Formats: sequence, structure tokens, C-alpha cells
Amino acid sequence: MAYRFDFASLLDYTPVLVNGVATTVGLTLVGAVLGVGIGIGGAAARSSANAPLRVAVGAYVELIRNTPFLVQLFFIFFGLPSLGVRLPEWQAALLAMVINLGAYATEIIRAGIDATPKGQIEAGASLGMSGPQIFRYIILGPAMGKIWPALTSQIIIVMLGSSVCSQIAVEELSFAANFIQSRNFRPFEVYFVATALYLALAVGLRWLLARLGDRLFARAARA
Amino acid sequence: MRFATILGAVGFATAVLVGGMTGAAQADALERITKEKILRVAVPQDFPPFGSVGTDLKPVGYDIDAAALIAKELGAKVELVPVSSSNRIPYLTTGKVDLVISSLGKNAEREKVIDFSVAYAPFYNGVFGPEASAVEKVEDLNGKTVGVTRGSVEDIELSKIVTDKVTVRRYEDNNGTISAFLSGQVELVATGNVVAAAIFERNPPRLPILKFLIKNSPCFVGLNKDEGPLLEKVNGILTKAKADGSLSAIAKKWLGTPLPKDL
Repeated sequence: MAYRFDFASLLDYTPVLVNGVATTVGLTLVGAVLGVGIGIGGAAARSSANAPLRVAVGAYVELIRNTPFLVQLFFIFFGLPSLGVRLPEWQAALLAMVINLGAYATEIIRAGIDATPKGQIEAGASLGMSGPQIFRYIILGPAMGKIWPALTSQIIIVMLGSSVCSQIAVEELSFAANFIQSRNFRPFEVYFVATALYLALAVGLRWLLARLGDRLFARAARA
Repeated sequence: MRFATILGAVGFATAVLVGGMTGAAQADALERITKEKILRVAVPQDFPPFGSVGTDLKPVGYDIDAAALIAKELGAKVELVPVSSSNRIPYLTTGKVDLVISSLGKNAEREKVIDFSVAYAPFYNGVFGPEASAVEKVEDLNGKTVGVTRGSVEDIELSKIVTDKVTVRRYEDNNGTISAFLSGQVELVATGNVVAAAIFERNPPRLPILKFLIKNSPCFVGLNKDEGPLLEKVNGILTKAKADGSLSAIAKKWLGTPLPKDL
């Protein structure tokens, strides 16, 4: 009654797996860029003197950080059409991932901004720099350099969270695994390979982001 | 002493079983029903819309209505016996019920053990969509999106017959497929008529109307073997009910659509 392993049966479905990996990578890269962009904007808003802006962004952050990603995704994909906004699944998935990463990135980057030594901001002001100039040249670079490892981890979490998007029929890696398993009925082989692929993707992405952080922020972090 | 007690117990049990079985095979079932005026029918209790339990804990559903119809024509009172998928056929073969009306499908293994009447309820997989979608056969699906539950019979059968031009969206479960259809994320769904009936029940803005069949496996009434008179009577009742529209009324009530003509 021993289970007979049959990894070869997966070879027939290589195109499905490749397509799944490509979709996961695509969603993650675009989602990461947009999400970090929102994070920077959100962090700047939460550090600003404008109280209504602070409160509004704070509300967005708390809402997203305290609700499950799956619920956010279902709301966007199944719920919004009732309000007249019908998004195709990959747009809904991307939007959900960006909104989700944006909230977490806002808090992570805000921590970096708060850690900026007061003296440097005063030095910039004494040189006649405006608020936005101080933010861009003095605050942002070192802040990003300080929190880059934490941000990298959050991006990896969002990449692994993209597996949830299989619930709305986005054909990423988890969907590919479930699909293949429902055709060849070999869950061990299928999910073993899917796990190995996710592991490779996560390790690869972490390495890539570390190199990117070195190039962009290493000098600034040492400041 | 111990051994004698065990032997006695086994002997007693055997006598009861044999006596019980002989008792069940004694009278012709139709004769007994007509004499006692009681028709015992096995019905499902956990499979809406065929059989489920209402808020007053009474069984309701397609199969219950069909049982009532047959009992009325036989001039008998119906006694409903709730069963599950695993024990409905044993209940019939051990004589606890006269008929099994429990969304029973016909296959070769069952044919060896019991007899089937003519079909009384449709049970099929097909492609459903709103009135506005002009789809009559699988070729018309080109360029459209169809939702389906991953790994289901409809998924496997549909994947065999569609071309590349059809966008098939596979959701993890029936709820996802239903939600996708109701929110308009997919134009059509490939699913079973029972699921389509469940959608109909919610009075939705987009109605799932059958466009074409994928696979047909209607429901039959199950009877014991060698009950020729009863089988003939039940078939007669069902054929009459199909002709005069009473069975179609039951179908409209529980499945949302009238009986298919070729049932």
C-alpha cells in the first residue's frame, strides 16, 4: 500500500507551472514598486504637520493592517461590482496587494523617518532648504537604508501572500499547483514542487532586494 | 455455561434475521401498499433542493413532493423515512422502505441489486447564463468567460470540449463560482442544475438559464427487484405526471426551471 511517487507526471504540466511562476513574479514586482511608492507617500503624510492628513492615512493603515488579506481581496473582487466597479481578476489582485503592502510599508518607512537625527534636519533648515527638499535629500535616503531589511521581509510576505489570489482564479503558482493536483491526483509531488519553487523565489527575491538596497542606500545608511 | 449462552445468543440472532428477511419477501409490495394504504419512501434529509429539513423539522424538497404525488395516485398515505447516500439502498433491499426517492442515479453496479423506474428528476451539468447571452452550443462560448469549480465533473468535461478562444476561470469551490457569476465577473457558469437552482433561490439580478447540456444523469426511483406490478404502477404514475404537467410544477418549484422535454 506504499505510495508510489511519480514526479515525472508533473512534466506534462510544465507550461502551467512556468506560467504560474511568471504570474507570481510579475504580480510581486509591480506590486512591490507601487506598494513601496504608497509607503513612502503614506509615511511622509503621517509625519507631516497636517492633522487631517495624518488621521486619514492613519485610518487607512489601521484598517488594512487589522483585517485579513483574503477578506480585502474578496471585497475588491466580489464586493465592488455591487457598487458598479468591476475589476478583472489580475487588476483586483494587484490592487489588493498594493493596498496591503502600502499600509505595512507606511509604518515600516515611518519608523525609519522617525529615526532621523534631529540635528540633520536642523542643519538642512539652516542651509535654507524647504520641507520637501529636506525630506527628499536628508530624510528619505538614510531612512530607507535603515529599514531596508524590514521592508524586504514585508515584500517577501506579500509575494507569498499572492498565493491567496488563487481564490479569485488568478493563475499564479498556487493556482497552478491546485489545478495540476486536481488533474493528476498526486498532491505530494505537486505541492512538494510548488513549495520548492516558492522557496527558490523567496531566496532569489531576498538576494535581489539586498543587492538593490546596497546599491541605492548603503552610502546613505552609513550617514 | 459461557459457551452455551453465546451459542444461544447467536442462534437467536440468526433466527430473528432469517425470520425478518423471510417476512419482508412474503407479500407482493403493491398488494401490501394497496391493502395497508401506507407507502414507505426513503428520502434525503441533507441534500437540498431534493430533500432537506425545514424550520419545523419536517422534510421538504423535490423528492418529498414526488413521493407525495406517487402515494396519492396509489391511494396510500406516504411515510417518509430520512436516509443518507450510504444507507438508502440497504434500506430498500432489507424491506424497510418500498421506494427510494433520493436523487438516485442509475449505474451498472446498482442495476445488479435494485430496479429503476423511469426518470423523474433532471440532474445534469451544463452551461448556464443570463437571457441576454446568446449561447446555444459550445462553439458560441468563443470570446466569452465561463466560471467553473476546479476539479469538478463540469470542469473536466468542459475542459475537454472548449477551444483556446474560451476563457475558463476556475474557482476553488462552488461558492466562489456562484459569487463570480452573481457579481458579473464571469459571463456564464458551467455547473450542475442543483447549484443553478441554489442561485435561482436567491432571486438574483443575473439568472442562470440553461444554455446547453454537458452531461446528463437524471434521477430515478429505486425499487426492489422482482416487484413487477409495483414498478409498472410507478412508471405509469410518473409518465402520467410528466404528461399532465404536475411533475413539471414540482421541478419549477424546486429547481426553478420546468422539466426538460427529453427526461
